[in-house]
Amino acid sequence: MDAATRVAAPAPTVRRRMETGRIVVWGAYALLLIVAPLVFRSSLEQSILTQIGVAIVACLSYNMLLGQGGMLSFGHAVYTGFASFVAVHAMLGVADGSFAIPMALVPIVGGFAGMFFAVVLGYVTTKKAGTPFAMITLGLGELVAATVLMIPEFFGGEGGISSNRTGGTPFLGITFGPQIQVYYLIAIYAFVCTVAMYAFTRTPLGRMLNAVRDNPERVEFIGYSTQRVRYFSFVIAGFFAGIAGGMYAINFEIATAEVVGTARSGAYLLFTFLGGATFFFGPIIGAVLMVVGFALFSEMTKAWQLYLGLIFLFMVMYAPGGIASLIMMNLRVAAHKKLHRLWGWYAALATTAFVMLAGIAALIELVYRLQFGSSGETTLRYLGVTLDSASTFSWLAALAVAVVGVIAFEVVRRRFAQTWGRIQGEIEATMTFKEPT
Amino acid sequence: MSAAIPAIELKALRKSFGKTEIIRGCDLAVEPGERVAIIGPNGAGKSTLFNLISGRFGPTSGEIVLNGRRIDGLLPYEINRLGLARSFQITNIFGRLSVFENLRCGLLWKMGYRYAFWKFLARLDDANERAEQLMKMIRLERKRDTLAMNLTYAEQRALEIGITIAGGADVVLLDEPTAGMSKSETARFIELIREVTVGKTLLTVEHDMGVVFGLADKIAVLVYGEVIAFDVPEAVRANPRVQEAYLGSVLADQHAANAGH
Repeated sequence: MDAATRVAAPAPTVRRRMETGRIVVWGAYALLLIVAPLVFRSSLEQSILTQIGVAIVACLSYNMLLGQGGMLSFGHAVYTGFASFVAVHAMLGVADGSFAIPMALVPIVGGFAGMFFAVVLGYVTTKKAGTPFAMITLGLGELVAATVLMIPEFFGGEGGISSNRTGGTPFLGITFGPQIQVYYLIAIYAFVCTVAMYAFTRTPLGRMLNAVRDNPERVEFIGYSTQRVRYFSFVIAGFFAGIAGGMYAINFEIATAEVVGTARSGAYLLFTFLGGATFFFGPIIGAVLMVVGFALFSEMTKAWQLYLGLIFLFMVMYAPGGIASLIMMNLRVAAHKKLHRLWGWYAALATTAFVMLAGIAALIELVYRLQFGSSGETTLRYLGVTLDSASTFSWLAALAVAVVGVIAFEVVRRRFAQTWGRIQGEIEATMTFKEPT
Repeated sequence: MSAAIPAIELKALRKSFGKTEIIRGCDLAVEPGERVAIIGPNGAGKSTLFNLISGRFGPTSGEIVLNGRRIDGLLPYEINRLGLARSFQITNIFGRLSVFENLRCGLLWKMGYRYAFWKFLARLDDANERAEQLMKMIRLERKRDTLAMNLTYAEQRALEIGITIAGGADVVLLDEPTAGMSKSETARFIELIREVTVGKTLLTVEHDMGVVFGLADKIAVLVYGEVIAFDVPEAVRANPRVQEAYLGSVLADQHAANAGH
């Protein structure tokens, strides 16, 4: 899974090596999906894994717009969410026998629902690109969120609608009662959808979508309607978003107004970006972070969304290509056998970053304890020490650690940036040198 | 004049931006296979004329006819599908795609692949072969996998032409193809343009008079939005109106510039 944006068919020998490489990467991906629930066996862990499978499809479908088409959508949850509602209705139909399909095909129903809404709403949205596109998606997102509450007959109002995934006739003893059965159903969908969306990046429409992202004006002069390219891609993204919505319905057996909400749309954007929109596999990383973040991080601290905002800011400023691009850049350094020069720096960065974050987080936690703590309680356990929001010493200590950490980190970061720049320069120099002229 | 349908014909073409009329009644008929250079002082409306023909703007009034079919008011991609392609004065390529991808994007529509998402690019043998051929024609085969944004300026200009001719359009508009190039680069580049546009109708905007007289079968002189002369180079050179309005001063400028070297 190389960068969707930079693929080009190379010379035959390299091509054969890439062919093998591709089989290895996809094999590893499949293997990971298969063994994950054997390693993480608790019901919480398996539920998280299932949600990751759903999120992978949702984030990858979002990245068809953001990373591959340059379409900054603020309303992707409209398509996953609408599909979830339709899927829950389909599940109700399966349960009472009025809609005779196997339960395992409910995500496909979701897919067509997502596609249908993308056909209708996307026609308006994709008329525009750039900022107007973003604004329209934002407006449509709000509109849909409001509509869902206005039509309780279909959407169930505040409480949402629920169904039961065990309603269908069991097939080969698969009832979808146990979480593990749901996991494997979703893992299969996640794998197939990932392959399909990767394949899309290698088709004429997929490539023209990149061209529209890079230079919409020129696309118009080589025979393509940029609007159509965006629209068709949007519909395909809507289909996969719908599959994610359908899987969500099977996993949670309920759809509430929250599933079409702007908060969810924002999360898709945020985590796709964090994972890395410029590489095909970036959103997969983002999806893992999203689910783990929501499920685990939110248990650890009340201030977790504040941390999330900080991380997002930090990434936008220092690594706009997301985690995927950090990985790919380091792989490139490693390929040129220069990574050993960076280990020391990474250790220094990690140490100073830890001190900085420990200090800042201590301050944040103290503020939260002061503001939201239960009455009278001022102490909190933090990294093995007890902090007290009523004690000046706790505040000063936290502040001192934060300041020292920030200064140390910034010093290390600047010197690391120089070394990094030098190494990148060396690598680029060898690349130009090798090029026959 | 032959009786054939002109490849491109302008009839009383006008274009205003607000109250300013840039194109003030242009008439021009270019025969199939002719190479026409459009010259004129800055602000004469050369680029506007190209933008009208290629559909970037709609004309205020008048007609544009491509191979006997009216195209004024059509969208750029509709005009392109009818067999007219253009290049841009300011390089207009797909920066984050490789040279090969840039060329392949340029020919996908014409080879019938359109919006296909059920076919793999790697298996489109005809399109890939043609892209390879184009790459050789514009002498960029060694830069096959280089991202377009990392090419040198001259290479980008060549790619610009490559994308333009990729779709096999029989009417080609080149807007200052040699803009910003050195003298030696220009000479080589003109050779390239001549090669890749064999058998096509060519309209080009050009400032370098050496290039104009070397490349063009005919010259159209545009002054203040009107074609004041349209003839073979020798006749245009000798035309007193042209000399008065434009060419004389340019030749004088060039003479001065050459003397200065």
